[in-house]
Amino acid sequence: MAIRMDKPWVELTAEAVKTLPGQLGVYQLADAGGRVIYIGFAGGRSLFGLRSELERALRERPAGAVRFRTEVNQQYTSRYQELLMLHVADHGTLPVANAADPPVRLGRLSPL
Amino acid sequence: MNLDPTEEQRQIVATVRRFVREEIVPLEARLDPDASELPREDFERLTAKVREMGFWGLDIPAEYGGAGVDLVTRTLMAVEMSQHRAGLYVPCYGVFGSAGLAQLYEATEEQKQRYLHPMLRGEKRGFFGLTEPSGGSDPARAIRTRAVKDGSDWIINGSKVFISGADRAHFGLVFARTDAEKGRGGITCFIVDTDMKGFHVRRVVHTLRSSHYATELQFEDLRVPSANILGEVNKGFAIANDRLSRQRIPYAAACIGVAVKAQELAIDYARQRETFGAPLASRQAVQWMIVDNEIDIRTSLLLTLAAAHKADSGQPYRMEAGMAKLVASEAGGRVVDRSMQIHGGYGMTKDLPFERWYREMRIRRVGEGPSEVQRHVIARDLLGAGLR
Repeated sequence: MAIRMDKPWVELTAEAVKTLPGQLGVYQLADAGGRVIYIGFAGGRSLFGLRSELERALRERPAGAVRFRTEVNQQYTSRYQELLMLHVADHGTLPVANAADPPVRLGRLSPL
Repeated sequence: MNLDPTEEQRQIVATVRRFVREEIVPLEARLDPDASELPREDFERLTAKVREMGFWGLDIPAEYGGAGVDLVTRTLMAVEMSQHRAGLYVPCYGVFGSAGLAQLYEATEEQKQRYLHPMLRGEKRGFFGLTEPSGGSDPARAIRTRAVKDGSDWIINGSKVFISGADRAHFGLVFARTDAEKGRGGITCFIVDTDMKGFHVRRVVHTLRSSHYATELQFEDLRVPSANILGEVNKGFAIANDRLSRQRIPYAAACIGVAVKAQELAIDYARQRETFGAPLASRQAVQWMIVDNEIDIRTSLLLTLAAAHKADSGQPYRMEAGMAKLVASEAGGRVVDRSMQIHGGYGMTKDLPFERWYREMRIRRVGEGPSEVQRHVIARDLLGAGLR
């Protein structure tokens, strides 16, 4: 598994979200230029997993998100933290919409 | 050996039990089922409460401000503290405080000022860097990370894997080979600051424990001053080994705590769930699972308390600690598995804690020395030191 999510972006529309699985996993939201602006996860309390989380993203549009991509993953909490750490390693900051509510403690990665 | 708890121990157990049931379990109802941390405000509130109770710093010696409890009492408390969803690996989410790296109690005064005291105050975090890609069960032979003297410094090159918390740590203990010819007598323990040039956390290692991950580290010409050697050159193996026996006792106790809770849930469910017109509890197949659970729990508890008692009385306890860890981790897995079976489909869901315990309990048979290594340690004690 590639450590960075590299699936193609999908337009954040009701039609696209409706086709998502109800499974647990992680997701990224992006602006029109493909810049990651939010990283989230669908955990054990999500009613319909990734679909529920992306329905919320569709309603709330954090930081004006217009695209998304998902990854079904049972290790969603460690994968979520890994994606945040990778973003900090690559860009020096958290995604803009994560910055207001960062994890309690986030580690540092220096991936090859 | 009298293993009946004293009146004081009974009161401590009752207090901790009430704390877990009234403070921790209700919080978990709103956390993600795989959470391993509390929101900061809850953590601080509960830590303050534990300090008021006088239980903060269970594993910290009293002279450093810890609670200073003996290992038997510590075992009884650990059994209670782990009786919740996250309890196996993060009993009470760490609000009872952590001893951090116990090896630092043997550090020089200067090292204590720089690392131990800030760690005990919660200002610095440390990691323990022993296991390498070449193996973890036989560190004396598996360590390939090398440290070479350069003037008054040492240059470290190599890698470590399955290291918890290195990505969040301010420093760590890194075991490196300083004499290629001497086997276990050629390993030195270095205190490494994670902001030193040449220290890299290369990747997250995902495991069955979704809530927590390990990391893989790489050291590239990492320059460490001689003042950062913990203990003496070529005597690091004893430092690593000392931790291994002692930690096996609370490690076993946490497995027992989860098993006790799983059994409690299984008994409740078996009494109320009906199939074909009768409660599950009336079925012999279910009764036997509950009986086997109880035997597993009591066997584990007796062995673990016996090991703790030996340690408290200053007797050698390596074999007893190994037995406790071996039996409790394997028994805990069986108890959780049977309790899931009794719960049927619900037992598999994230609505209940079993699925997390099931995943995490599997790791317990490998962590802190796999069952096979425990048997090897026990065999060595029974058959003589000549056995390798």
